[in-house]
Amino acid sequence: MKPLITFDDIGIEFDGRALLSHIQIKIHEGEIVTLIGPNGSGKSTLIRILLGLQIPTSGEVVYHGKTRIGYMPQKLHIDPTLPLSVTDFLSLVRKVDKHQIPEVLAKVGIEKLAKKQVHFLSGGETQRVLLARALLNRPNLLVLDEPVQGVDVNGQVELYNLISSIRDELQCGVLMVSHDLHLVMAKTDTVVCINQHVCCSGTPQHVTGHPAYQALFGIPGAAESIAIYSHHHDHVHDENGEVLAADDIVPHKHGTSCQHS
Amino acid sequence: MMLDLLFRALLGGVGVAAVAGPLGAFVVWRRMAYFGDTLAHSALLGVALGFLFDINLNLAVVVLCVGLALVLVTLQKKHFIATDTLLGILAHSSLSLGLVAVSFLDNIRIDLMAYLFGDLLAISMSDLYWIYAGGALVILLLMLFWKPLLAMTVNEELAKVEGYPVEAIRLLLMLLVALVIAVAMKIVGVLLITSLMIIPAATARKVSNSPVQMATMASVIGCLSVCGGLWASYRWDTPAGPSVVVCAAFLFLFIYSLPKMNRV
Repeated sequence: MKPLITFDDIGIEFDGRALLSHIQIKIHEGEIVTLIGPNGSGKSTLIRILLGLQIPTSGEVVYHGKTRIGYMPQKLHIDPTLPLSVTDFLSLVRKVDKHQIPEVLAKVGIEKLAKKQVHFLSGGETQRVLLARALLNRPNLLVLDEPVQGVDVNGQVELYNLISSIRDELQCGVLMVSHDLHLVMAKTDTVVCINQHVCCSGTPQHVTGHPAYQALFGIPGAAESIAIYSHHHDHVHDENGEVLAADDIVPHKHGTSCQHS
Repeated sequence: MMLDLLFRALLGGVGVAAVAGPLGAFVVWRRMAYFGDTLAHSALLGVALGFLFDINLNLAVVVLCVGLALVLVTLQKKHFIATDTLLGILAHSSLSLGLVAVSFLDNIRIDLMAYLFGDLLAISMSDLYWIYAGGALVILLLMLFWKPLLAMTVNEELAKVEGYPVEAIRLLLMLLVALVIAVAMKIVGVLLITSLMIIPAATARKVSNSPVQMATMASVIGCLSVCGGLWASYRWDTPAGPSVVVCAAFLFLFIYSLPKMNRV
């Protein structure tokens, strides 16, 4: 697989406080990479750096060849005083070929909504419209910031399936941000857990297939479609996200509520 | 003579309303009403400076408004005070500064009321030329840059990622607002200009399903307000500028009191 982009030792500071440091991630064609991490871990900042909306303090994003990014923002807020149909909204894509719009709407399964006003869309419909807009850019890299926000569980599974089938069809790379740990894993090739730095990364299968990890984190009998992401940290964070030194870590003490041996 | 005067007033008023409508739509969509007000208030300072340095008044107003808009954006980025407070400070201090500056021009008599509230019935032929040339420029720029302006209004980040030059477009929008203020100043005066932008646009929202439709309807409703206001002014000898605004407000109330229409 050809590499698309590389985050090369990215770091960013605000007022002297490091929000991201030494981020090293590579994304390939046809690969789905999911960033997970708690709130305030710097996931969105990393995305904004990739999109050129924020300049890193150190390191750089390396674009291997021509990268066309299709970006799907977290949510869409359009002032209610602005009358706008779905087709109007999609026509705003720069240099868009308007004949493509019905085709892309069909691809994300909302061809019936073409004339609907954007203010009357449900959460799932809005996300699909945003995905359609990202696709109109003819991307080879899809950047999706929390693509299932405001969508119920069934809708989330459908959306992840849709994203994965789009990847299969376009052979584009996908970089997703998520803070739900479970549903997203089934459709992901690589998981990168960040909390100001890259905590760990790897395939979800590799991690979840390991019996020791299942014993610690797994739910017995979890359905195939719900892969549980779990991992073992070789370090511990305090509440500010700082890595604690090894001798500061209080080891786990067994109690009566422990489920493990 | 009287008819000639009224005809000129009508031509001028309709010209201004036609331009203020579509730009007003952007002011409403982007919630810039207070911003527009601030620029308009500062226009009086522009007039005073124009007299002081003996340059074209309209030009002086445009330059001052754009300058103030730039100062505003720079201060906004510093985040040291809330935007509405900042706007309030700039609006009223520049208006007061304008009034003070005007008082120093004792060798020139300025009809202050005409600049504050407009004097539709004192429109000269050269005013008309300015209104139509300035107005045509605004409409032309709006049409040329419609898509980037709208893309930025809908979502700035998305527009930026897709490669629109967002900073430049934002500047263009400010320039357009400044131009409209300079054009409309003679008609409704600096204190009432924003109303001619936002009331027709807000009224148009109720009867529109697309941005283009709303911009066009705002023009039409603005022109109707000018006609109605001028007629009332002629009929009851009321001040022309405020009559136009009252008429626009009546149209707003009327259209919003109609039963809700089914939108797609």
